[in-house]
Amino acid sequence: MEKSIAELRETFKTGGTKSISWRKSQLKALLQLINQNEDSIFKALDQDLGKSPVESYRDEVGVLKKSVTYTLSCLEKWVAPKKAEVPLLFFPAKAEVMPQPLGVVLIFSSWNFPFTLALDPLIGAISAGNTVLLKPSDLAPACMSFLVETIPKYLDNKAVKVLAGGADIGERLLQLKWDKIFFTGSPRVGRLVMAAAAKHLTPVTLELGGKSPAIVDTLSTTPSKAKVTAKRIVGGKWGPCTGQACIAIDYVLVEEKLASTLIELLKKTIKRFYGENIKSLKNISRIVNKHQFQRLVNLLKDPDVADSIVYGGSVDEEKLVIEPTILLDPPLDSEIMSEEIFGPLLPIITLKNVEESIDFINSKSNPLVIYAFTEDETFKKRILSETSSGTVTFNDSMVQYRYSI
Amino acid sequence: MLMENKAENKAVFDAESAKEVVKELRDSFVTGKTKSHRWRVTQLKAMLKMLDENEPQIVAALRDDLSKPEFESSLYEIQILKNSCRLALKEMNHWMMPEKAKTSLTTFPSSAEIVSEPLGVVLVISAWNYPFLLSLDPVVGAISAGNAIVLKPSEMAPASSSLIAKLVADYLDSSCIKVVEGAVPETSALLEQKWDKILYTGNGRVARIVMAAAAKHLTPVVLELGGKSPVIVDSNINLKVATRRIIAGKWGCNNGQACISPDYIITTKDYATKLVDSFKCELERFYGKDPLESKDLSRIVNSNHFDRLSKLMDEEKVSSKIVHGGQRNEKNLQIAPTIFLDVPVNSLIMKEEIFGPLLPIITVDKVEQSFDLIHSSGGKPLAAYLFTNNKKLKRKFVETVSAGGLVVNDTAVHLAIHSLPFGGVGESGMGSYHGKFSFDAFSHKKAVLYRGFAGDAFLRYPPYTPGKLTLLQALLSGSIVGIIRALLGWFWA
Repeated sequence: MEKSIAELRETFKTGGTKSISWRKSQLKALLQLINQNEDSIFKALDQDLGKSPVESYRDEVGVLKKSVTYTLSCLEKWVAPKKAEVPLLFFPAKAEVMPQPLGVVLIFSSWNFPFTLALDPLIGAISAGNTVLLKPSDLAPACMSFLVETIPKYLDNKAVKVLAGGADIGERLLQLKWDKIFFTGSPRVGRLVMAAAAKHLTPVTLELGGKSPAIVDTLSTTPSKAKVTAKRIVGGKWGPCTGQACIAIDYVLVEEKLASTLIELLKKTIKRFYGENIKSLKNISRIVNKHQFQRLVNLLKDPDVADSIVYGGSVDEEKLVIEPTILLDPPLDSEIMSEEIFGPLLPIITLKNVEESIDFINSKSNPLVIYAFTEDETFKKRILSETSSGTVTFNDSMVQYRYSI
Repeated sequence: MLMENKAENKAVFDAESAKEVVKELRDSFVTGKTKSHRWRVTQLKAMLKMLDENEPQIVAALRDDLSKPEFESSLYEIQILKNSCRLALKEMNHWMMPEKAKTSLTTFPSSAEIVSEPLGVVLVISAWNYPFLLSLDPVVGAISAGNAIVLKPSEMAPASSSLIAKLVADYLDSSCIKVVEGAVPETSALLEQKWDKILYTGNGRVARIVMAAAAKHLTPVVLELGGKSPVIVDSNINLKVATRRIIAGKWGCNNGQACISPDYIITTKDYATKLVDSFKCELERFYGKDPLESKDLSRIVNSNHFDRLSKLMDEEKVSSKIVHGGQRNEKNLQIAPTIFLDVPVNSLIMKEEIFGPLLPIITVDKVEQSFDLIHSSGGKPLAAYLFTNNKKLKRKFVETVSAGGLVVNDTAVHLAIHSLPFGGVGESGMGSYHGKFSFDAFSHKKAVLYRGFAGDAFLRYPPYTPGKLTLLQALLSGSIVGIIRALLGWFWA
C-alpha cells in the first residue's frame, strides 16, 4: 500500500498530471471504459444490487457519460486563471486566481451507486490534475472487482490506482498523509475520516446523508397534478436502489385530510410500477446484504410501528427483498423516524396544516435534500428561507442530481 | 473591596458555560434575526463607528501588547478592517442574491439557482500578532453572511483581547455576537461544543486540535496557518525598490511576526553580496544606525518567543553567518533586523517558520534552482514571492510553486486585495476569506431546483422496457438525431 502511494506521489512530482492533454486523455479513456463495458457494468450492478438496466443507465452509466463529456467540454475554461480586480491604489498591478492540483487524492466510495460514487469524484480529481487512489466499497463486491480489474486497462496506472478491500484497508489508508480525501457514506464514518484527516491537516469533502423529507401540498389541485406528484414520490423513493440512496425520499409530510387520497394514489402507482405483491415484484433493486436487510426488518419490529403499516410489509430473507411499504403516522420517537431509513419503507406523517412541515423539519438535523410538492409561491419562499438543507427541489425528486448545481 | 468583588465575579468558563453561550446564540439565530439584511447592515455600521471612535484606544492596546508602531496599527489593522466593513456594506445586497444556475434539456422545463444561507452559529479563534484584524475581519464576514458569532481573541495580546471584549459588548448586538476571553481551558470548552463553522488563525499544531474537535460534530473549518514564505531574488531588477519592499513585508509587518512575512531569501551566489549591501543601506535608512532605538519596529511579543528566536540565532552553524544586525535587548524584548548569509539548509532557522526579525539568505548557482529548494523544504507555505523581470521565470514560478498566494515583485500586499482569496494549502491551511470569500466562507450554498408538473417524462418510471432504455440513452446524450431515432423506434415498436 505504501509503495502505491509513494508511486502516486512520485508521479505527481514529475508534473505529468498537470498537463491539460494528460487530463483530457484520461477522461477520454474513462469514457471509452464506460462505453465499451456497459454490459459488464449492468451485470455487476444486477449481481450486487438487483438493479435493472434502465435504473443502471439512468442513475449510473448515463450520469457518468454526461459528467465526462461535460468536463471535457469545460476543462480548458476551468483550468485557466481567472482575472481578479485590483484597486486603483495598486495600478498597474495585475491579479489572478489560479487553480492548482492538490496532489495525491484519496476517494472512498459507497455501495449503493458503486459506479457513480466512485467515478464521478474520480472525474473531478483527474480534471483538476491530481493523482488518485480509489477505494470502492466491498459491500458491492462485483462492482468493486470490476473497477479493480478494468481501470488499469484504460487509465494511467502510475497516476490512478484502485484498491480492493474492506474497513481494515480503509483504516490503514486513513493513517497516511493525503492532499485531499473525498468520502461518500454515513455520518458516523464521516467523523472518523475527518478526525484522521485532522492529524495531517488534510482538507475533506464529505458527502453524507440524512432524513430527506417530501412535503406534499398539491393534492388539492388537479387530479393530473396529483397523479404526477404520486409518480414522482414513488419514483423518488423506490426508484433509486429501492430507497438506499442518500437523496431518496425518506419520509412524507402531508395534511391529515389529504393523507388517505395520497396513500391510495401511492398504492396504485406502486402496483403499476413494481407489481401487485412481493411475489410479482419487478423493476426494483434489492437490499444490498443481510446486515442492511436485518436493520430494516428491525425497524418494523416495534409493535407500534408494525401497527402503522398500511401497505406492504412483506419480506423475503432469502432473496433479500422487502416490498415497497407505506406506514401511516408511526410514533415520532421510533427508530424509523429518528434514523435515516435507507430502504423501501415510507412513513407518512400527517399534520393539521402543511405549514407545520417547516417546524417539523427544523426539529431534526439538516437533511441532504428537502423535496416540496407545492405551487404556493409564498410557501416555497418560506421553505427556502426558514429551513436549511443541502438542496431544495420543488415539485420533483432525484432529478437535481443530474444537474451540475 | 473592589478587588475581592472582581475575583468573585470572575467565574470559571467551563464546558457548561460554553454550552449556555452556544444555546443562547442558537436561540437568537433561530428567530431569524441575523438573517435580515437590516440586522447585518446595522452591525457592520456599528463596527465602523466602533473603529472610528476608538482608534487611539486600539493603537494604545497594540502598543501595550506588541509595541506596534501607530503607523502599522492604523494602516494594517484599523484601515483594512474599515475597508472590509465598507466593502461588505456596499456589496452585501449583491452577495445575498441567489445565483442563477444553468439547467439542461434533460429536465426541461425547470429553473435552478444557488441560494446563500448563513451556516448558523460560528466560532472565530484569532491570533496575537494582528489581534484586531484577525479577530474582527472574520467577524465582518460572518455578520455579512447572517450568522451568530462567538469570538475568542488571543490571550497572548491581553490588552487587545480585553478592549475587543469591551467594544464588541458596547457596540454590537450581544444577543448574537459574543466575545469569550481566555486561554487553553476556555478554548477547549468552546471546542467541545457543536458549531456550524470554525475559523481558526494560528499554527499547525493547534489547528490539528481544532480540526479533530470539529470532526466530532462534522463542523467545517477554515484554518489560516503559516509556513516558510520564501522570496526568490533574481538579478537584473530594480534592487532598491525590491529591497525596500522586502523590508516592508518583513520588518514593517509586526517585525517579521506575520503569517505572510518573507521568511527567507533565495538568490544567486553572484548577486548575494549586492543584495546584502542593499539591505544594509535601506535598513539604516528605515530604522537608523541603532534599530533598537527606532520607534518604528514592533517588539517580540513575549519572552517565550524571544527565547525561541534567540535559540535560532545562537545555533553554532548559524551564529557565524550573521552579516548584519544581531543586537538584542532581552528586557525590552527587542531583536534588531538580522541577516544571515548561507546558513546550512538543515539548521533550525531553516526548518521551522521563523516568525521574527531574522532573515536567512540561501544562495544557489542559478536562480532556477530556487524552485527545487522551495519544494524540498517540506510544507507548502502561505505565500511565496519572486522579484524578477524575466517573463519565463515568472511563468515557471506561477505554474510550479504551490503556496496560498504568490506575489511577483512585491511582498505581503496581496492581502489587501479583496478580489483575491486569502488562505493556505497543505500545511499552510485550508479554506480562504477576504472580500466576497469571507461571505462565502460563512455561507451554505444551497442548490435549488424548481420543476413544474408539465412534461412528465414517462421514461423515468417503471415498467422498464428496452425501448425506454434506448430512448433514455438518446435523451441523456443530448443528441437530437439520437432522440428522433429512438422516438421513431418507440412509435414503430
